[in-house]
Amino acid sequence: MGFAHAVGGTRYLFPDLRTLLARATPLRSGDVLAGLAAETAQERVAAQRALADLPLRHFLNEAVIPYEADEVTRLILDRHDAAAFAPVAHLTVGGFRDWLLAAEPAALAALRPGLTPEMAAGVSKIMRLQDLVAVAAQCRVTSRFRNTLGLPGRLSIRLQPNDPVDDPRGVAAAILDGLLLGAGDAVIGVNPATDNLETTIRLLDLLDAVRDRYAIPTQSCVLAHVTTSLLAMERGAPVDLVFQSIGGTEGVNRSFGVSLALLREAHEAALALGRGTVGTDCMYFETGQGSALSAEAHQGCDQQTVEARAYAVAREFAPLLVNSVVGFIGPEYLFDGKQITRAGLEDHFCGKLLGLPMGVDVCYTNHAEADQDEMDSLLTLLGVAGVTYVMGVPGADDVMLAYQSTSFHDGLYLRAALGRKPAPEFEDWMERMGIEAASGAGQLPLAPALIGLR
Amino acid sequence: MTTPTPWVDLRRFTSARVALGRAGHGLPTAAHLDFQEAHARARDAVHSALDLDALEAALGQPAIRVASQAADRRTYLLRPDLGRRLREADRARLPPAPGAFLFVVADGLCAIGVQRQAPTLIAAARPLLVANGLALAPIVIASQARVGLGDEIGEAMGAALVAVLIGERPGLSATDSLGLYLTLGPRRGRTDAERNCISNIRPSGLSPAAAAEKLAWLSGAAMRLGATGVALKDEQPGGPLLP
Repeated sequence: MGFAHAVGGTRYLFPDLRTLLARATPLRSGDVLAGLAAETAQERVAAQRALADLPLRHFLNEAVIPYEADEVTRLILDRHDAAAFAPVAHLTVGGFRDWLLAAEPAALAALRPGLTPEMAAGVSKIMRLQDLVAVAAQCRVTSRFRNTLGLPGRLSIRLQPNDPVDDPRGVAAAILDGLLLGAGDAVIGVNPATDNLETTIRLLDLLDAVRDRYAIPTQSCVLAHVTTSLLAMERGAPVDLVFQSIGGTEGVNRSFGVSLALLREAHEAALALGRGTVGTDCMYFETGQGSALSAEAHQGCDQQTVEARAYAVAREFAPLLVNSVVGFIGPEYLFDGKQITRAGLEDHFCGKLLGLPMGVDVCYTNHAEADQDEMDSLLTLLGVAGVTYVMGVPGADDVMLAYQSTSFHDGLYLRAALGRKPAPEFEDWMERMGIEAASGAGQLPLAPALIGLR
Repeated sequence: MTTPTPWVDLRRFTSARVALGRAGHGLPTAAHLDFQEAHARARDAVHSALDLDALEAALGQPAIRVASQAADRRTYLLRPDLGRRLREADRARLPPAPGAFLFVVADGLCAIGVQRQAPTLIAAARPLLVANGLALAPIVIASQARVGLGDEIGEAMGAALVAVLIGERPGLSATDSLGLYLTLGPRRGRTDAERNCISNIRPSGLSPAAAAEKLAWLSGAAMRLGATGVALKDEQPGGPLLP
C-alpha cells in the first residue's frame, strides 16, 4: 500500500510507511547520506501532510522492518498494549499531535504501553521545536536506584570524569571537581579508554570507594561493553549500573555485539546483585541518531525512526538512565547546530513519550559546524522540556573522547536559570556536607586525601 | 573570582579542565576564552593533511600510497561511505601479502597525530610482531581514509591481520591523538564489533611504545583465538595504574 499527496500541483508518491516517514523527516545530513531524504522542500511537506492524514492504527499493520526479519520489530509489536492505545486509536497522526499538545501528565503516562516508537517518531516529524518541548515537559518519568531521578522541579547531572589513560587519580580529581559543583546525582559514570577487564574492575573499585568514603547517595558506572560488565560481575566487582550502547534494529545491535538475550542476561545479573537502596532500576543505555546507518544496518529507515526504535529496546529493561549522545557521531549524520538541536529535542520527546528517564548529551565534535552558543540554546530548551539529566564534564572538554559536552558550570547555570534542584537525596547530602557554601567560597568540604589525592 | 589554592591543586592530577573557578554560576572570562581558543585550534586541525614524503622518510621504508573515493575534505566529512572505499585506480598498486600483518597508516579526521606517532609506534611494534612469528606486509599510506578502508586494502593483499593507524578527531586538549583498529581476516563488510581498538595514542595519553606492546599482545591473542572484536577481550596484564 502506498501514500500520496499533492503540493504545488505535483503529486508525490510514497510507496511504503518507512519511505513516507523518511521523506517527512526535517532535513539532516544522515538521511541525505542514506539516500532517504526528500529531494525538495515541497516533497518533504507533501510527505508531512500525507503522514498527518495517516490513521495512527496503521502503524500496527505495517512494520517499517519486517517482523520475521528483526527482533526489535518483534519486541515492539509483541509488547504493544491495545487497551492502553484505545484513547488515541481513532486518531490520525495529525490528530494525535493535537491530542498530545492538550494532554495532561496522567493521560500521557497511561498511554505509554500503547505507543510504538514509530508512532512517536511519526508525530515528532510534524512537530515544531516548541511542540517537542511542551509535550515532553508534561511527561513525568521517575527512576530509582540509590536516589530518585526525574521528579518535577529536579535536574540531575551525570558526572563524566573521563581520563585519557584511565589514571585513577585523574578520574578522582575530575570527580571531586564535579561533586564540588553539584554534579553526580544521575550517576558518576566513566567511559574507559580501553575495554580492558582489569581496568574496568579497578575503575569500578575506585568509583565505589569514592562513593563510600564521601557517603554519596548516588550510583556509579563504568561504561564498558556489556560482556565486560558481565565478566566483572562474575569476579565480584561492585557493579551498580550495567551500561550498553544500543540501537533500533537487530543489525545495529549485532554491530554493537549485543542482542536482546544478552541484555536480558546482563539485566538479570545486575538485579541479582541487589545494590540499589531505593529502587532496582539498574541499566544505563546510550543511543544516537546515525548509529544504524554507520553500521549499514538501517534497513531503509530514516535515522530518527531507527533511534526511536532503540527506545523500545531500552524500555524492555527498566533503565535508570537513557541518553541520546546527540552530537557525538559527527556531521555526516547531523551536520550543524541546527540539526543537532532538532535531533536532541526529538530524541528527548520520543524517549519521554515512551516512558524513558531521558537525558541528552548536549554535545558536538570539532568537525561539525557547531559551537558553544548552539549548545547553550539546546541545553536551555532541554531544561524547559524537563530533561531528566545532562552530562557534566570538566570545562565541557572531554579529554578522553575528544568532544565537547556540557560542563559542571552548565549544570549550575541551568538549575539556577530554571529553578531546578538535584535529586532530593543528593540535595540533602550536598546540604549536609556544606558543598554549595564551601565551594562557592573556593573551599574544599570534601577531603581530597580520602580518595587518594595527596 | 580567582580560584583558591586548595582547589587548584586538583590540576596536578589531570589534564582535564578542573578548578576553573566561578563567576556566578558561569566560567570566569579567562577560562571561557581559553576554551574558545582551543576550539579554534581544533577546528583548523580537522583540515590538516599528511605530509606523505616526510611520513615515508620517518617510516624508514618505502610505502604504497593510496586514497579513498572521497575526493576532498568536505566530501570526506559528509560521505564516510566513500572514505571506506578504495579509489579504483589504486587497487592494482597493492601487492599480494598472503597471511601477513599489514599496517595501514591513514589520515582520518586529523593528520597531526598520524604524522607524529605512527612511525614511532610501528618501529616499536615491528620486532614484537616478528617475534610473534608474523610476517610484515609493505606499509600502506591512505589519504581521506576511514577505518573501514583497511578492510578493502587488507582483503586485496590477502593479509591475515590489518592494523589501521588513523588520526582521531581533534579534541580541545589534544590534536595529536592516534587511534589503532586491529581486524583479523580483513574483508569488506566487517563491522566495528569485529575490531579491537587502542585509542588516545600520544605522548600525554597512551605512549606509542605502550600501544605497540598492546598491539603485539592483541595480535598474538587474535591469532590464537581466531578472532578480533568483542570476542577478544583485552586481558593484557597491566602495570600498576597508580604510578
